[in-house]
Amino acid sequence: MQLKHLIHWRSTLVLLALIVLILMPLGASGYVLGVLTVAFYLAVYAMSWDLLFGYAGEVNFGPTFLVGLGAYGAGLSNSVFSIPVWPSVAIGTFLALVGGLVLAGPALRLRGPYFGLVTLVAVILLEKMIGLFSSYTGGEIGLTIMDVLTISNVGNFYYALGFMVIAAIALRTVARSSIGLILEASGQDPVATEALGFNVTKYKLFAFALSALFSGMAGALMVFYLGSASPGTVVTVFVTIQIIIATIVGGRRTILGPILGAIFLIVAGEVLRPLGQLSNAVVALIALLLLLFAPNGFAGLFARSGGRA
Amino acid sequence: MLHQLVEILADGFVIGAIFALGAAGFTMIFGVSGVLNLAHGSIMVIAALVAWFCAEHTPLGIYGGALVGIAASVASTYLLYGLVIRPLNHSKRIADNERPVFVLTATLLVAIILQGVLDYAFGSSPITTPTLIDGVWRVAGVTIPYSQILIGVIAWLVLGALWYFVTRTRPGKAMLAASMSTTGLALVGYDIRKVQRQVWGLYGLLAGIAGVLLASFTGASSDIAISLTVNAFIIVVLGGLGNVAGSLGAAYIIGFLGTLTAYLISPAIREVPGLLALVLILYIRPQGLFGRH
Repeated sequence: MQLKHLIHWRSTLVLLALIVLILMPLGASGYVLGVLTVAFYLAVYAMSWDLLFGYAGEVNFGPTFLVGLGAYGAGLSNSVFSIPVWPSVAIGTFLALVGGLVLAGPALRLRGPYFGLVTLVAVILLEKMIGLFSSYTGGEIGLTIMDVLTISNVGNFYYALGFMVIAAIALRTVARSSIGLILEASGQDPVATEALGFNVTKYKLFAFALSALFSGMAGALMVFYLGSASPGTVVTVFVTIQIIIATIVGGRRTILGPILGAIFLIVAGEVLRPLGQLSNAVVALIALLLLLFAPNGFAGLFARSGGRA
Repeated sequence: MLHQLVEILADGFVIGAIFALGAAGFTMIFGVSGVLNLAHGSIMVIAALVAWFCAEHTPLGIYGGALVGIAASVASTYLLYGLVIRPLNHSKRIADNERPVFVLTATLLVAIILQGVLDYAFGSSPITTPTLIDGVWRVAGVTIPYSQILIGVIAWLVLGALWYFVTRTRPGKAMLAASMSTTGLALVGYDIRKVQRQVWGLYGLLAGIAGVLLASFTGASSDIAISLTVNAFIIVVLGGLGNVAGSLGAAYIIGFLGTLTAYLISPAIREVPGLLALVLILYIRPQGLFGRH
């Protein structure tokens, strides 16, 4: 009874927050909308990462490998091959999907930290490749893209919000279904899960594919929002850190928590901007303190009494 | 052709020894504490930058600076262990199966914090500490600085001392035993916490020496921290996790591979063959080239 009550109360809150976001363009300035647009894309990266980390227990340090493939796949299609926006997004997403399956290979063979470092290597290799082919990719400075989704702030805001809501519904549905439970079980004890007759390989591949699909598409869309793709915005380890922080700060294994985390992180980044190069370190410090003192994040603070019955 | 070969051999010899030093500490920490320390490169860079700063801007000189740098590295590993690793290992709010992930993520965060702080304090441009001794040695048409030879010799002396410590002395043997079975060591009456503390201290010492030598040989900057970490990881995986002797062999393979690539193809892709070797090894022989099982 109590649990039901709590779930009810929480979904009302989520609905309320969504309504506030939908009405946002009525009152907020273009600057606020722009900040939130970026936060929404980061939220999709973080939610996709949460599916792998929170549920499947995979320490994927290469979310930006997937995001970067999506972003650069779409960006290069558009700027080098002059392919229109939406087909470019599709190409980027497809590349990320392939990348997700490539990452899933080692994930099925390696456990924990080993896998984590392989994914880190994947990111570094991608970064090196971007540097090596700088005549096409623009190297460190980045790729400039001619086309955009729309030039309107409000339009971009709604594209990002709509995409985030779709991703949240899809990922939450999967995570809440038996697939989520089996992923969680295989994260905790793959042998026992296999012994119960579940095909762990199949479920993990599915999780990687889904995670890659959304992070790749978000990367591709973000490129057409920013009008550029650079290692600093979609590939480097610092982006990975942002994704991890957003997820843990928001509350892992909740899918919705990472949205809170992403908005918190981007807004904190704007507030701390005067600190210059130290701002990254301060954000990382806040995350470290949360990791030490509130490992369940914001969502954990809400859900404490409800628990996972 | 010959002089290039000599240069490659000389560079590879020194760089391999420095890599081996750094990786030896990295693998001991993994063996005893189960921690893959993603702030490893940052710790080496702390030693390098502090040593450089003291050598250039204080009257301590290069040798005094090097000692301060190494002390800074030891202090950082103790702090990392005491303030981050130990609390996470004992936190009741984290499930046991999630602990390694939290520890790994925490070390990644520490790496970012250190990078920001080092950037702020020392700037991000690469530095090279003054040479240890002057003069060059001419052989087969190439000139090898004496300081480069000295760096190689120091690295090998420290490696020898490490070997002696771990195999011939009581506290060293306890560390080796802890890397095989902490429970077993506890059962025969050792204070595991004390052994852990000592290992982190030793790790700081090794990473510090490696960092200072690196700063003197190739130079250092806060930007190279992540690639140093990945480098140590590659070596450790190649040599077999927790296998110090294996790390030595692997460090030389990676050292020569990188040097060859830098000389023959381009310094820009120096690390790429190592990364590819890592991926291959993990697919084909996950226990490492020299792994036990």
